[in-house]
Amino acid sequence: MSLKTSLTLALAGLMMTSAAALAQPTEIKIGVAFEPPALDPTAGAAEAIDVVVYQNIFEGLVRIDKDGAVQPGLAESWTVSDDGLNYRFKLHDGVTFHDGSAFDAEDVKFTFDRILAEDSVNAQKALYAPIAAVEVVDPLTVDITLSRPDGLFLFNIGRGDAVIVAPESADNNATDPIGTGPFAFVQWDRGSRVILEQYGPYWGDKPALTRASFVFIGDTGAMTNALLAGDIDGTNNFAAEALPVFEGNPQFKVLVGLTEGETILATNNRKAPFDNLLVRQAMAHALDREEIIEGATYGYGAPIGTHFAPQNPDYLDLTGTYPHDVEKAKALLAEAGYPDGFSATLKLPPVAYARLSGQIIASQFAEVGIKLELVNSEFAQWLEDVFANKDFDLTIIAHVEPFDIGIYANPDYYFGYDNPEFQALNETLTATLDAAERTRLVQQMQTIIAEDAVNGYLFELAQTGVWNAKLEGMWPNSPVEGVVLRDIHWTE
Amino acid sequence: MLAFLLRRFAGFVLMLLASAAVIFLLLDLLPGDPARFILGINASPDAVAALRLQMGLDAPALERFLQWLGGMLGGDFGTSVTQRLPVAQLIVERLAVTLPLTILAMLISMIVGLPLGILAARRRGKPADTALMILAQTGVAVPNFWFGMLLTLVFAVTLRWLPTGGFVPWHEDWVGSLRSLILPSLALALPQASILARVMRTALVDVMGQDFIRTARAKGMTMDEAIWRHGVRNALLPVLTILGLQFAFLVAGTIIVENVFFLPGLGRLIFNAVTERDLILVRGATMVLVVVVTATMLITDLTYAWVDPRLRVRA
Repeated sequence: MSLKTSLTLALAGLMMTSAAALAQPTEIKIGVAFEPPALDPTAGAAEAIDVVVYQNIFEGLVRIDKDGAVQPGLAESWTVSDDGLNYRFKLHDGVTFHDGSAFDAEDVKFTFDRILAEDSVNAQKALYAPIAAVEVVDPLTVDITLSRPDGLFLFNIGRGDAVIVAPESADNNATDPIGTGPFAFVQWDRGSRVILEQYGPYWGDKPALTRASFVFIGDTGAMTNALLAGDIDGTNNFAAEALPVFEGNPQFKVLVGLTEGETILATNNRKAPFDNLLVRQAMAHALDREEIIEGATYGYGAPIGTHFAPQNPDYLDLTGTYPHDVEKAKALLAEAGYPDGFSATLKLPPVAYARLSGQIIASQFAEVGIKLELVNSEFAQWLEDVFANKDFDLTIIAHVEPFDIGIYANPDYYFGYDNPEFQALNETLTATLDAAERTRLVQQMQTIIAEDAVNGYLFELAQTGVWNAKLEGMWPNSPVEGVVLRDIHWTE
Repeated sequence: MLAFLLRRFAGFVLMLLASAAVIFLLLDLLPGDPARFILGINASPDAVAALRLQMGLDAPALERFLQWLGGMLGGDFGTSVTQRLPVAQLIVERLAVTLPLTILAMLISMIVGLPLGILAARRRGKPADTALMILAQTGVAVPNFWFGMLLTLVFAVTLRWLPTGGFVPWHEDWVGSLRSLILPSLALALPQASILARVMRTALVDVMGQDFIRTARAKGMTMDEAIWRHGVRNALLPVLTILGLQFAFLVAGTIIVENVFFLPGLGRLIFNAVTERDLILVRGATMVLVVVVTATMLITDLTYAWVDPRLRVRA
C-alpha cells in the first residue's frame, strides 16, 4: 500500500468516525436479569414478559404513565355512565398491527372475550371479572358494560394482561408477538436476546430509538462487566450490592426509584399464636425497619407501615404505629401468655432481599424471645407450601401487584386475614368512583391493617437502574412492570 | 470383537433406559405446581386449573412416562410448557453453543496440556518440572468461573478486545460467534489442561523406565527420539481415559461458565427450566446430556479396546 492510499484511508476512517459521533445513536442494548419464558403478556405472570413487551410491542385501550396515572392508549377518549357501569371507548383511527392488519373494535371485543373465556389462562382473569359484556358499536367505538362499578377498571385495562391482540395472531404471540405498539418484534435468540425495531406505520408519536435489544444476563458480575465494557447501555433494575461500582462514575447514572413491591413479613393469621393481636403487635414492635433495609437492600427501599406504595398520593405514613421497642414487645408477649416467647418457622423464597431480611429479623425477634427457624426453599416449592397450601408460620415476600390492598379482603388468601369491617370497606371502595371519597376509604383501610398488624410491614422495594449517562427518558419508578422505550433517547 | 461391541452397546441402551426412569421419577416427585408457577401469585384458581389441563398434568404418571419415552424414540421430546416450542428444537439450538464451546475447550486443553506434560517429564526433577507442576496444581485449584471473570476483566473490560459475553448466532456472523467463545473456552480449558499435563507427565515418566525405551536407546536412538517414537504413543493410553472423563466433566462445567458469559447454551437452558418448573424441558435436556456423556464413555471404551487389543479379551 502506498503512503498516499493509506493516508486517504486513514482520513476516510477519521471522517467516518466523526460523522458517527455527530449523529445521535438510535439503538439501545438493555440488560435484563430474567429471560421471559414466552412473549405473550396475556398468558403468564412473569415480570420478564412485560419488561420486554409492555407498551413497546403491545398496547392496551389505555396506558399507565410513569407516575402510575391512566392515559389514553388505543382509545383516544372514553365516557362513563353516571352509575359507573358503562364505558364507551372511542378508538384511534388508522391503527395497524405489525402484520399490517387493521385494528378496530372487533379486536377489542376479541381480546376481552378471550380473557373472560372458560378456558382462559390469563393470570389476572379475576381483575376483569366485573366485565359483563363487550359490544361493538361501530368499527371505532366499543361499549364495555360492567356488572358492578369498579374504581380500578381503567387502571386494570391499562395493564399488560389486557393488551389488545388480534384474532389472527393471538395464538402465536408467545413466540411471535404481534401488537400495535411503536416497536415490532424482530427476533428472539433464545437464551441470549430479543430484538425490537421501530414500527414505521406506528399511529402515535415516533420514538427516538430505532432499534432495541434486551440482552439476558442473569449473573450480577457478568452484568457489571457488560456495563463497564459498553456491551450494554443500561439495565432497569440492578442488584444493590453492585451499585457502588457505578455511583460516582461519570459515564453512568444510577436511577433510584420505587417499585410497586411491598415487602412484608407475611404472617399466618389463622394459626396460633399469630391469631392473637397482642402477639402480632409484639412482633411489629420487635422489627427495626432501618436495620432491615440497611442489611437486606443496602439502604435502598423506603420503609412502609402498611400495605401501600409510598409513592401513591393516597399513601398514609403509618410507620410510627408500632415503633421499634424491645421492652414493649416483651411486655405484649407476656400479656399474650408467652412470657418466655415461642418458636416458629420462617420460610424464605430464593430472593436476596427475603433471605437477608430473614436473618436480620430472626436476630431481632430473638431479642424479644421469639426463636425463628429459617427454612429456605426454592420458588416453586415456596408457592406450593406457603401460597397454595398455607402451610407456614411466617414468610417474607414482596407483593409486586400495583394497588393490591384488596387481598386483605379475601379471608382465603394465604395470610388468612378475616375482618368483616375491612371487607365491607373494600366493597364500598370498589364501587366508589369519586376520587376524594376513594382516598378517604383507602386511607381508612390502610390504617385498619396497620393497627391490626396483619403482617410485618417492612419496606417498598427500590428500583435501581444503571444507565449510560447520555441516556434520558427512563422511568425512575415502576408503577407497572415494564421497560417502556417510548421516551428513551440519547443526548449529545 | 463383535461380542464385545454388542455387550457394550447393550449396556449403553440399558443405562439410557434406567436413566430415563430415574430422571422421570425424580422430577415427578419434585414439589411445586408448574401451572401455578407460570401464572404467579395472584392468579385465579380457575386460570391455574385451565392451564394444568392444557399442559396435560392431570394424566397418571405411568401414562405420561410411556408417552414421553415413546415420543423420544421418534425424536419428539414434547413441547416446552413455558416456551411453547418443541423441546427438541430448543435443545438443538442450545447445542449449537455448548458443543463448539466444549470441543474448543478440549482442543485448547490438549494443545496446552500435553506438550507441557511431555516437557515436564523430560525435565523431571529439574526446576522447569517443578515450576510446571506448581502451575498445573494452581490450574486445577482455580475455579473456572473465577478464572472466567479474571479473563473478562482483562480482555473484555480493560482491553476491550473481546465481548464480555453474549452470543451472535452462527449464521449471522460466525467470526463474532467464535470471538464470543474464546474467553469462555479458555476459562473451561484451564483446569483440564492442568490435569492433562499432570497425567501426561506421570504416564510418560512411567513409560520412560520401561524396557522398550531402553531397547530403543540401545539401538542408538537419542532419548528424545525414543520418547517421540515409542514413549508418547504408549503414554497416551491413560491420557485417553482422562479425555473421555473430561468431556463429560466439561459438558457439566459449561453450566457455570455459560452463566458467567451469558451464553445461550444447554446448561443455562436446563438451569432456567428447573427454576421455572418446565419439567418436560428439563427431562428432555437432561436425557440429551445423559446420552452425550454415556456415548462418550462408550466411545472411550471402544477406542481403548481398539488401541490395546488385550482389553477386548479381559472385558
